[in-house]
This record gives sequence, C-alpha cells and structure tokens, in this order.
Amino acid sequence: MATGKVSRRSYFVVFGVLLALTYVMVQAAMFDLGPWNAVVSLTIATAEAFLVALIFMQLRYSSRLTWLVAGGALVWLILLLSTIGDYLTRNLLEAPPSF
Amino acid sequence: MPDGAIAHELRLRHHFDSLEQQHEAASLGMWIFLATEVLFFGGLFLAYLVYRLLYPQGFDEASGTLDLFWGATNTVVLITSSLTMALAVAAARDGNRSGTVLFLVVTMLLGVAFLGVKALEYSRKIAEHHVPGAGFTFEGERPDHAEIFFSLYFVMTGLHALHMIVGIGVLAVIAILASRGRFSTDYSTPVEISGLYWHFIDIIWIFLFPLLYLI
Repeated sequence: MATGKVSRRSYFVVFGVLLALTYVMVQAAMFDLGPWNAVVSLTIATAEAFLVALIFMQLRYSSRLTWLVAGGALVWLILLLSTIGDYLTRNLLEAPPSF
Repeated sequence: MPDGAIAHELRLRHHFDSLEQQHEAASLGMWIFLATEVLFFGGLFLAYLVYRLLYPQGFDEASGTLDLFWGATNTVVLITSSLTMALAVAAARDGNRSGTVLFLVVTMLLGVAFLGVKALEYSRKIAEHHVPGAGFTFEGERPDHAEIFFSLYFVMTGLHALHMIVGIGVLAVIAILASRGRFSTDYSTPVEISGLYWHFIDIIWIFLFPLLYLI
C-alpha cells in the first residue's frame, strides 16, 4: 500500500493549514458567540483531525480495509456521542401536568 | 546484494506471503487498536459534554482558570511533532538512516516539551488547590461543579499524557532500531505503525484543547 505517495511538500502544506486553523480557533474563542463558540471550535478541530488522519496517517492512500476500520471507529463514535441528544432535548417540551 | 536478501528473509515472518501483506496486516492491526482508543476517549468526551451541558456556569468558571497561552503552545508543539513524525516515516522509506533517527529524536523532544508544559500547568493547579479531593477550594459561584470540571480535566489530560509517555518510549525503541540500520526502503513498517499512534495522540489533543481551554 502507501509507499511514499505523500510528498514532503504536502506534509508542510498540511502543517501550515493546521497552524492556521488553530489560530482561527483561538481567535474565534475571543468572541462571545453563545452556543456557537462550541460549534465553531469543534468544527475546526474535526477538520484538523481529518487532515491529520488523511495525510499524516496516510489514510487517503491506505487500503479499503483500513478505510473500513477507520470509518467504523467514526460511526461508533458518532453513535456514542449522539446520546448527548437526550440531554439537549430534555427541556424542549413542558412536562405534562402531574397525575 | 546477498546481505540485503538475508535481511529481507529475516524481516518477512513465515506466516505471511509477502512483505506487502505483512505490512498491510501490521498497519490494519494498529488501526483496529486506534479504533478502540477512539471509543475509550469518546466515552470521556461524552461525559465532559454532558456535564458541560448540565453545569454551564461552574464549567465556565473552572475552564477560565486554565492558561490559554500554555494550552495553545502545547497544541502548536504537538502539531509540529506530528510533522516531524511524518518526516521520520518519509526518511525511513527513503532508506535515510540518519534522517530517520534525527526526526524521531526531534519528535521525542517535542513530546517531552509538551509534557514539561503539562507538568507546569499541573503544578500551578496543585498550588491553587484545584485538584479534586479533600483539599479542593475554588473561588466561584459553583465550586461543586468546578470540581467536576477539574476531575474530568485531570483524567482526560492525564490519560493523554500517559499515552504521550508510552509514545515517547515507543519512539525511543524505534530510534535505536533505526540507528542500528534495521529499516530500509522495503521495510519501514515499525516506524510507520508508531507514527500512526503518535498522530492519533495528536488528534486527541486537537479535541481536548478547544473543549477544556476554549469553549
């Protein structure tokens, strides 16, 4: 599989992009965007994670089987984290009158 | 080259058909391990998100006592170490022995720098009595909720730091092997596999930093 398909240049490009994204993340946190602060910084963090996985970890040039394992990890993580939906929606509706 | 041929034979374990197959199996094994690590840290991330949602004020106050400068510095240090790790793997694939060792050593030094900053941050937290337990004190509206924040902070960053220590140990072994000429253009799998692990630790920190320091 991946044998030197990623050039050193692309490593430096990704490195630069990662630093830029981190800078944007820190700057964005200086503004009070309410709940959007979390959305912005976690979106940037996710983008950084994808860059590291795809280029530094060479996932992009790895076999389908490796993709399956990485994708499986992502799917199960999303499933795990989506239980936050319970806490997010608890107070959406008024509690029914006591009976 | 008879020497190379013998080394080639030695490096290919008998239960694999080819070096490619062996490499594929080793790489896949590491990815499967990392998948379990994703879920291991995922549970902690979920716990953090739930408590953050339940106790926004206490978490806000506690998060505000962390030093953003050192958190951001460590993020840059780790991202840089990922670059040098990737360059070490590239050097190993090129059969560049001294380059491999050099980049591995730089990666380890950056890892040590990260841990040094972490130790500095921990010692401050200890001095401020922000370590959960009997001696915990917090000047804020909700010290009880802040204590939960610091519990999660120490567990998450502590486990991350533990992974870093293991990673530095692994890289030390790989660097010694590389300096002895164990890797070549057709066999650099161990360098790559430990690289995968190192990048993974970087990814975990990429999420820990905004969650603990920024939000």
